[in-house]
Amino acid sequence: MVCLVENVRELLKAHEGITHEVYLDNENSSMVPKEVVDAMLPYYTQRAYGNPTLTHKPGWEAFEIIMESSQKIARFLGSKILEEINFTPGETEANNLALMGSAFTNKNRGKKIVISEIEPINVLHVTDLLQKFGFTTTKIPVDREGFLNLEKLKEAVDKETILVSVSTVNNEIGTIQPVKEALDIVKDKNPEVIFHTDASDAYGRIPLNVQDLKVDLATVSSYKILGPRGIGALYAREGVNVDKILEGQIGTQRLWPGVENTPLIVGFAKASELAFQDFEANVNHMRRLRDKLVDGIFEELSDVKLNGPKGDKRAPDNANISFLRCEGEALTIELSLKGVYVSSGSACSRRLLQPSHVLVAIGRKFSEAHGSILMKTTRYHTEEDITYVLEVLPNAVNRIRGIVGSTGVD
Amino acid sequence: MSRVPLPYNPKVLDLFRHPKNLGPMEDATVTAVAGNPACGDMITFYLKINEQEIIEKASFESYGCAANIATSSIVTEIIKGMSLEAAWKDVTWKKVTEAVGGLPTVKFHCGVLAVGALKRAIRKYYQNKGSSPIWLPQELTFEEKQALEEEELAKMLAKRLKLEAEK
Repeated sequence: MVCLVENVRELLKAHEGITHEVYLDNENSSMVPKEVVDAMLPYYTQRAYGNPTLTHKPGWEAFEIIMESSQKIARFLGSKILEEINFTPGETEANNLALMGSAFTNKNRGKKIVISEIEPINVLHVTDLLQKFGFTTTKIPVDREGFLNLEKLKEAVDKETILVSVSTVNNEIGTIQPVKEALDIVKDKNPEVIFHTDASDAYGRIPLNVQDLKVDLATVSSYKILGPRGIGALYAREGVNVDKILEGQIGTQRLWPGVENTPLIVGFAKASELAFQDFEANVNHMRRLRDKLVDGIFEELSDVKLNGPKGDKRAPDNANISFLRCEGEALTIELSLKGVYVSSGSACSRRLLQPSHVLVAIGRKFSEAHGSILMKTTRYHTEEDITYVLEVLPNAVNRIRGIVGSTGVD
Repeated sequence: MSRVPLPYNPKVLDLFRHPKNLGPMEDATVTAVAGNPACGDMITFYLKINEQEIIEKASFESYGCAANIATSSIVTEIIKGMSLEAAWKDVTWKKVTEAVGGLPTVKFHCGVLAVGALKRAIRKYYQNKGSSPIWLPQELTFEEKQALEEEELAKMLAKRLKLEAEK
């Protein structure tokens, strides 16, 4: 391990002298704005550091702020009941809870689960795990822009179905699913089905109201709205038959045991406030910069493809582009050395040679998936940031294409 | 999205930034390809071989990650001036991996593919010539088999996806 750390230090040294840095890998982690950190700090050092279930002042302070934070997040999600918010350590845990909690609690009603084939890994892999407990999963295909095939959904749901899970917004290609229509179709065929949506990429980016949608469960994540990592929540409609999946000390959260992480909950609520105050302006800002980025890339480079839909059916922050004749991992390193931080759907780091399942599901060739780059804009990016990316990116792509030459043209 | 941590060492990074012997070669005696763009991992070697069967020069193109580029680049440096026999016998994926200062485990196959491409080039040279020296085994070496396996896997995945799409 020491050797690996040395390598990383050398890699970091290679970044010295960078004049401008633009972080666009907000899919995988994010910076936390100072105002969010400032809101969190007193809850480590000054107040509410007690256990919210215990009978003393620091505990009651914690109870108070956790309930206030729940109330805020419930309101932003369109719920009036703060108890419907269950804080979890993140999106992964919330999705595990939603799927396993629903499956185990309702196993006597049936064993069938229905999801889309472009669900995030933390849904896909949980359904794989549930197979070992006798549950079966049907994956509903999507079209070339990532929209769910509603006919196939209708066919798949029957009296044995206990759970349907469809993301509101796809995390990789930004497709905004017709969740309301999907839910109506599902409930029409079987009103007992629990409908879960991972709304992590919708929350703070598109209008979202769990009461209007009538979903039973919805996942949200803090870092995806520039809150701290390590905290997320599962909205669970009052009365929905879902039980917790972990055992431990009972706290204030019905579906997640253990001691609450009060500062992270405060940070999540603060980040939510910042995302939802001036919601329209924030979203327009992300969209304008995202469009500038995508349009600029298409002007500067040939043999590029946008992955996912265009227009108002695409999340405002999402840009996912395939650069043909260019390998994605090599491109992420080249861009990093210039101060532009992105991620790729390339499979180059895996011996199994499987690129992004989402890009494959929308019919992209493997070579197109290997050359894909995912970028997400935030309200903190500036015009100058995007101008800088557009200065650096064409040269980076052209250098990698120069190494590729005629090799890898299929 | 790929998230395996890849702490490349400085040598790999340097070869990635400044690859040696890059690009096609017009007067190449032999050209060989290994890998498949569907795997995101493909190499072309160009070798100029003289009458004494010495590799006078070598160049490459690489569709792949930083490790793929670095291992291809280092192979072209190692084999320059070598006899075909020495290149066949002495250049193994382990040596190539050592020569780039080591690779993360998930990247070992890059070195294997580079050597697979080299061995293919040497085999092809003798096929074109219509003769085979005694030291050249009939059976494929480990690196050649791995390259083949990777290509088969790519075909299989592509076929499976096509079948799924038709369903």
